[in-house]
Amino acid sequence: MEFFLISMLNGISYGLLLFMLSSGLTIIFSMMGVLNFAHASFYMIGAYFAYQISTYIGFWPALALAPLLVGAVGMAVERYGLRTVHKYGHVAELLFTFGLAYLIEESVHLIWGRASVPYKIPPLLDGAAFTLFSTDYPMYRVFMMAVSVSMLVGIYVTLTRSRIGLVIQAALTHPQTVESLGHNVPRVFMLVFGGGSALAGLAGVIGGNAFITEPNMAAAVGPIVFVVVVVGGMGSLAGAFLASLLIGVLQTFSVALDYSFVDLFARLGITVGPQTPLAAVWDLTISQTAPVLPYLLMVLMLIFRPKGLMGTREG
Amino acid sequence: MAALKYSPLNLGRWIVWGGTALLMIVLPLILTAGFTLTLLSQIGIGIIFALSYNMLLGQGGMLSFGHAVYSGLGAYFTVHALNLISKGAFDFPVTLVPLIGGAAGIVFGVIFGYVTTKKSGTTFAMISLGIGEMVAACSLMFPGFFGGEGGITTNRVIGQPFLGITYGPSIQVYYLIVAWALICMAAMFAWTQTPLGRMANAVRDNPERAEFVGYDTHRVRFLTLVISSFFAGIAGGLNCINYEIVTADNVGALRSAGVLMATFIGGAGFFFGPVIGSIVFFTMVTAVGAVTKAWAFYLGLMFLLIVLYAPGGFASLIVMHLPVFKARLMRRLWLPYAATVVTGLVLLIGLISLVEITYHYSLEAETAPEMTLFGFAFKVTDVTPWAIAAGLLVGGFIISRLAWTAVSRVWGDIVQVLQKQAA
Amino acid sequence: MSTAIELKAVTKNFGNTAIIRGVDLAVPRGERHAIIGPNGAGKSTLFNLISGRYPVSGGDILLNGESIINLAPFQINRMGLSRSFQVTNIFQRMSVFENIRCAVLWSLGYKYSFWHRLGGLKDANLRAEEVMESIGLKRRRDTLAGVLSYAEQRALEIGVTIAGGAEVILLDEPTAGMSRSETADAVELIRKVSQNKTLIMVEHDMGVVFNLADRISVLVYGEIIASDVPENIRGNKAVQEAYLGTEAAA
Repeated sequence: MEFFLISMLNGISYGLLLFMLSSGLTIIFSMMGVLNFAHASFYMIGAYFAYQISTYIGFWPALALAPLLVGAVGMAVERYGLRTVHKYGHVAELLFTFGLAYLIEESVHLIWGRASVPYKIPPLLDGAAFTLFSTDYPMYRVFMMAVSVSMLVGIYVTLTRSRIGLVIQAALTHPQTVESLGHNVPRVFMLVFGGGSALAGLAGVIGGNAFITEPNMAAAVGPIVFVVVVVGGMGSLAGAFLASLLIGVLQTFSVALDYSFVDLFARLGITVGPQTPLAAVWDLTISQTAPVLPYLLMVLMLIFRPKGLMGTREG
Repeated sequence: MAALKYSPLNLGRWIVWGGTALLMIVLPLILTAGFTLTLLSQIGIGIIFALSYNMLLGQGGMLSFGHAVYSGLGAYFTVHALNLISKGAFDFPVTLVPLIGGAAGIVFGVIFGYVTTKKSGTTFAMISLGIGEMVAACSLMFPGFFGGEGGITTNRVIGQPFLGITYGPSIQVYYLIVAWALICMAAMFAWTQTPLGRMANAVRDNPERAEFVGYDTHRVRFLTLVISSFFAGIAGGLNCINYEIVTADNVGALRSAGVLMATFIGGAGFFFGPVIGSIVFFTMVTAVGAVTKAWAFYLGLMFLLIVLYAPGGFASLIVMHLPVFKARLMRRLWLPYAATVVTGLVLLIGLISLVEITYHYSLEAETAPEMTLFGFAFKVTDVTPWAIAAGLLVGGFIISRLAWTAVSRVWGDIVQVLQKQAA
Repeated sequence: MSTAIELKAVTKNFGNTAIIRGVDLAVPRGERHAIIGPNGAGKSTLFNLISGRYPVSGGDILLNGESIINLAPFQINRMGLSRSFQVTNIFQRMSVFENIRCAVLWSLGYKYSFWHRLGGLKDANLRAEEVMESIGLKRRRDTLAGVLSYAEQRALEIGVTIAGGAEVILLDEPTAGMSRSETADAVELIRKVSQNKTLIMVEHDMGVVFNLADRISVLVYGEIIASDVPENIRGNKAVQEAYLGTEAAA
């Protein structure tokens, strides 16, 4: 029971982090038709910026500054990069963001090296928030969830209640109409792209010290975010939310479970030994298959329900 | 799209093909440095791999981030086959062993291809990424097949020598690669001249129209992918023979990224583009990699610049100048180009300096702050080298921009002249 | 089956909006049938339903007696129905000749072959040349479709539509945007290529319609208010009302 609750909480906090990433990706995709391959790279540089800033002036200023810096980078990318390739079509845009992701990773190698950097949880948040059964639940995880939820509520409110939010919602489906009404749609695009990147950066700030800050982190979480978006349904925020939680919980539970088919068979009274055909498959524990599970889910979703859980838009 | 009429002379075609074959055969005999053979072998295999990738990208309009799955699995099946052959499980000439890789490619092309080709465009790209990650993740799950961290090794010198060829010496492996490369190139080119090949183009350009002339776009994409994975598998098989080891890298994301970059850099819109791209890619990686640790950064930067400013790749840059050559207008361009090169060099030196100094700084600032660059020795902890590098970068950027406007102007004039001629 | 296309109580809704509200239509084989109506009546939608681009919300559509409502466009095309598009829909990066050749490949049985050399397919090449000649684009044989003039592209559109030899041809506003002389040429072309075939045409140009059509159906707000020979449509009060308003009709 304890294991279940702890894992559930961890899964949800990880899932919320995934949603911070996938929501920005979904909004950018819905509005601009661009699937930002470099979205996870913004996550990564958010963590790195936060690390660097916190070595100078501490975590809390970093929490505020790093996402803004990442947002600025995002806006520059949109203004000088995406806008140039936009005329060549979606494939070119995707290739551009792909090249950008690659370059960002190499830049991180360049500046911070290939090993992980010691981006730490601030002492104030380093401790137990509460105790569940016999386990202390880390305060930082609670903090993460709080930041995620408040950020997402903030976005929801901005999108639905503010004027800029209305313009964004309109431009999501009818950018030309919005432009002919006098709104500066390219500027809106730039702001949205910057905002989405800042959100990813914020996720990096709070996730980088909870998990690990290393040059590989973009490549580790990036594909998962894509899986979330495909499973949830391209273009659907609600779908992304569901899928984020689903995959967050799935991954958290699966790395901790050591059951394999062998155990299952044993329960059914069948013994499986090294000589049994496909022994290698039966021997696999769930924790060993954990990395594959999200992709398996994506493939199954694509076979049986290609538009995802709540999909509205095609690629 | 420029109003160019392509009427390639058959003679021109023969020259290009013949010349390529000749070069491939003769080069190692001329350039005998040790690393040349390694590089040429890599390029040869890379050509097959990149051409197979371009069947998807350039011919079929399908952007895949996971093409290494097919070549990698081809390599794995080849390595196991080789090991089985040497144990005597069955007889099969090493010369034809890449076909086993090709067969594996077909099998997995069918399995994964059916699912992935249900969609197109961005969704297809993401699915290909997911499947690539899935296979790469599987590599740690099944150490029996994938060999875990160390991979699977093999020996290519097995069985009876064929006409005295044992494939022991690398030069023999090189010519095996050349033979397969030429055959595969011819085969893939021939494919572009078949109904399926042409309909792949049609589906790329206008899938809806293709449906309305009676073609199931899913089926066209699926078959294209299967054939593409056949050739990718052959490339994988040759890789296995060449290196005598196959590891998880062979199916990894980096390998997929590499072939994507090589193809795009060369030019996805032309048949020969991936050939050029492989040459550029591997030469750059080898040459630049030999002098600096930051080669991957430079590669990424080059790729990004090509996406932004020359999305047709090197091939398009070459083809773009052909009508200018024909109209004898090239002399107008020499001076502006020279100016761009010189100013660009300043920019490049500034960039390289900054990158190299940064690299050294992040790695060894405390322990060994001295370094030499372009013949100058300095400490990375001093401000001066940074300032100079930054100055060169910024200054170079400004003056090369100026040179570039001159180039654009001359090109504008040239285009006008050409259009008048065509009218 | 003497009826080429039959629509039975066809409806189409987009969300809550009913675009097609119950259309019954029967076009006999060999007839040239025009569908006219004010803007927004649903003419293109109707075409999209027949050709399989959109699924119907209700009712049935029969091609030579067989229901085609759940078939994909390529399946419908293989059963002998071909259509052109209002917004030119051709293969921009291929030459005129290649465009037409692509349109004939399936009908000649080459399917997904990767063992035939295109250059050696005598029947395909011959047929493509014939079609190209008949649409008057022979001198533009090797020009990329994307750089043709508008009227040439429309002609190519028609060429690609009929090249496969479909028995039932749907043309969606084939003369849209054409000048007087271009339209006259287009009408002759359409007359020629629809010889002995069934033609359904959406058109706004009344001159074209009354020139070509054997029968005319008038679609207004998703319903057919009249379906008759041209002379009777001309004098039909309901049709006049729909186009010109109640006062003009009176």
